[in-house]
Amino acid sequence: MSDMLNHNQLRQGTRVEIDELPWIIVDAQFVKPGKGQAFTKIKIKNLIDGRVIERTFKSSENVVKADVIDKEMQFLYLDGEFWHFMDPASYEQSALDEKQVGEARLWLKEQETYMVTLWKNRAIAVMPPPFVILTITKCDPGMKGDTVTGATKPATLETGAEVKVPLFINEGERIRVDTRTGQYVERAKD
Amino acid sequence: MSNAPRIDPDLWRPAARPHGLAARARTLHAIRTFFAKRQVLEVETPILSRHAAPDEAIDPLTCQGWHLSTSPETAMKRLLAAGSGPIFQITRAFRAAEYGRLHNPEFTMLEWYQPGWQLHDLMHETTQLVQEILGAMPVTTFSFAAAFRHFTGLDPFLASDSELRTALPDSSPPDLKRMEMLDLLLTETVEPGFQTTGGMVLLTHFPAERAAMAQIDPGPPPTALRFELYVHGIELVNGYQELTDAAEQACRLEHANHQRHLLGKPKLPVDPWFLAALHAGIPMCAGAALGVDRLIMLAMGATDIAETLAFPYDRA
Repeated sequence: MSDMLNHNQLRQGTRVEIDELPWIIVDAQFVKPGKGQAFTKIKIKNLIDGRVIERTFKSSENVVKADVIDKEMQFLYLDGEFWHFMDPASYEQSALDEKQVGEARLWLKEQETYMVTLWKNRAIAVMPPPFVILTITKCDPGMKGDTVTGATKPATLETGAEVKVPLFINEGERIRVDTRTGQYVERAKD
Repeated sequence: MSNAPRIDPDLWRPAARPHGLAARARTLHAIRTFFAKRQVLEVETPILSRHAAPDEAIDPLTCQGWHLSTSPETAMKRLLAAGSGPIFQITRAFRAAEYGRLHNPEFTMLEWYQPGWQLHDLMHETTQLVQEILGAMPVTTFSFAAAFRHFTGLDPFLASDSELRTALPDSSPPDLKRMEMLDLLLTETVEPGFQTTGGMVLLTHFPAERAAMAQIDPGPPPTALRFELYVHGIELVNGYQELTDAAEQACRLEHANHQRHLLGKPKLPVDPWFLAALHAGIPMCAGAALGVDRLIMLAMGATDIAETLAFPYDRA
């Protein structure tokens, strides 16, 4: 049995099933003329391919709630084609392809835990936490005492991601990165 | 993973900032001063009633079998029938499931009636009231048909259903009836058009199907003696040349209940005292309702009525 949502439950962040696909509502507007039929206009983003479309519903219509859950899963390994994750509670495994992993691929470190989105029990997307701590595997040597404000150099992280770091940071150090912007935040405090 | 609702630690705070609360107090005071100068009597009528005014598209909230008022209209017409003379009221009205940037299920409504007035007299007074609060601005008047021709290229009375359908965005529901298509075109295309017109827009001569409690001009085509006032494309006031015919009114309320039934909504108990008041006779009059929260929003240059409310729906 699918859960149905009435027009008042169509809010930003709600996940709905439309045309047999899962979507997340990115914007919802209630519109009503002075007298007459009310409508809810929603802008929805496809959870699989990311495209954004608009749909308008009469206030009397119901929309199917998407059978989507977010589960904390451990990243196990990349086999060259698929990224494999495991539910640490049930040991059940799920695999995502490059398109599904998307930008998150830059922040995936083995054994760490990520939020995997499952639609009808199939993994469709993965979200890194807002901040991750990663080790620098390659960058030019640090220049002690260099305090020129804003001066940076490129550094490669253990996941392969490239970030700009301040000049005083060294290879082998662990840094905190904001995954939403891909920017260096600070030296990790151990 | 926890399914417990996330509690926003800041939701105890008012949504309106101090200048929003100040704009509300100032606007309420200005409205009362406006009507006091014109010898219009301020009245209060029940918010909670055993009856309701059935409308196809307005759902009351119920409380132990009673109904929270969706509008003070029927009670105020009982006062008019009893010889009250010109009256106004600033009250809370409640409409189930209306929530958005311009809607809150509990909102403040100004409603007033001028016995002996024609609709155009009231339109003039309404533009004065709104300009008193928002400042002077240009006023443009469109008939419903002229506005549709101007902004959609179609005549709402003559266009075929398939022509109306073609004018709607692809994102529209597939199974709309003719009046629903007009409702959607009004909100999707015509009202945003009024934003480009700018200033104040008076929209008149609505289709008879959307007359509600207004008199109908037989036409052809038959049109409702009703106006809506928009400021920068935002609907602010709805006014009528009031229907005074008790039999016609009873018939419309019954029709609204029938439409509700077809939509699977409960029928609502019509106020027999309202109909009795119309039988006893109410004076020829014009009346209007104004969304006070929206007026305050416009006065402060805000874009969401939540900015005018101490505690909107999500914090109430």
